[in-house]
Amino acid sequence: MSEVRTLVIDGHDVAANSDQTLLSVARENGIAIPTLCHLEGLTDIGACRLCMVEVEGSKKLLPACVTSVQEGMRVTTNSERLLEYRRRVIEMFFLERNHVCAVCVANNSCELQSAARALSLTHFELSPLHPEVEVDATHERFVLDQNRCILCGRCVRVCDEIEGAHVWDIRGRGANARLVSDMGTPWGESTTCTSCGKCVQVCPTGALFEKGRSVAEPKARRPYVPYLVGHHRRA
Amino acid sequence: MDQTEPARRPRLATIWLDGCSGCHMSLLDIDERLLELAGRADIVYGCLVDTKEFPSDVDITLVEGAVSSEEDLRKVLQVRERTRALVALGDCAVTSNVPGMRNPFGPKPLLERAYIENVTINPGIPTEGLPALLPESLPVHAWVPVDVFVTGCPPSADRIFEVVTGLLDGQLSEVGQVSRFG
Repeated sequence: MSEVRTLVIDGHDVAANSDQTLLSVARENGIAIPTLCHLEGLTDIGACRLCMVEVEGSKKLLPACVTSVQEGMRVTTNSERLLEYRRRVIEMFFLERNHVCAVCVANNSCELQSAARALSLTHFELSPLHPEVEVDATHERFVLDQNRCILCGRCVRVCDEIEGAHVWDIRGRGANARLVSDMGTPWGESTTCTSCGKCVQVCPTGALFEKGRSVAEPKARRPYVPYLVGHHRRA
Repeated sequence: MDQTEPARRPRLATIWLDGCSGCHMSLLDIDERLLELAGRADIVYGCLVDTKEFPSDVDITLVEGAVSSEEDLRKVLQVRERTRALVALGDCAVTSNVPGMRNPFGPKPLLERAYIENVTINPGIPTEGLPALLPESLPVHAWVPVDVFVTGCPPSADRIFEVVTGLLDGQLSEVGQVSRFG
């Protein structure tokens, strides 16, 4: 049974249900918090760290997508510290793999690229890792390009929670973490994949794409995932 | 370098390292505004200027391309020494972009692929008349300080014009805040 909570976000008094997250309340009230791993309709996991906010009384920054509202909370979603933090997060996404926007299928429809633009990130200060990673093109219709993967886990969740197939998992830790299909077998040999394409649809970058798609070709956005799940959950 | 010299016209240079010349093409795409630029500054070095040696006392240099070879490195060090405002022009100069795609495996497999595996006549890696490749292709600011970063592949003509005229107007801090990779 949810109860009403009142809190302050960026100086505005807002009311929320006790089962809501800071992110959902902020968005309901027109307060923008950038996200990458969040997708309406999927379980939030706080993976990308882009939605970090300041909460009075807490020294740590908290991820808005997995932080529940509490009575009397005072939250700041925008500050120099947060801006700098978010820039570093985006920078590290770019440098951990090989993101070459100019020749990427997701050029102009990429959420990582848009986030860099929104944060006015003009260059990178850290050294790139330039890892040698795999491209799995064994599936008949789709490709997994590890060069572009940011490990947001949207594909993992949509496949598990919506399609019910659970093809994807993330294996390994830190910079060695990799998206794998069927416990590490090539995607084309997967016995669980239904070829539904939901993972491709929800990928924020060019890590999962349809074969035949060319550089910067506009991606058909089919927002059916929030349509399937988000609405009935709210009702 | 006498900055107090009266009525000295600003000196503008461009240079092309490891890039495709697309950024220079985009510079040409400012079209009739080239006349305005020529009216405001002397273009003292670049693809359109018949000068072999990079001159001294340059106010603004637009650097296209990543630093990939020993020659690129020699050039960019010299440019930095002789330039007041160094502009990293385009994604190759800013991130190493496409030239940097060889970084995961290094220059040797790249050269073997290009000059041995994919040729049918006289396979062999050239050793004379070509500068040696550096182990990694890196952005300009990995080697020298950069004053303004201009992203884009290529940056739009409007953006280039905005940056150059902004710098000519002395607004160094105002022109660098736009990001658009790719």
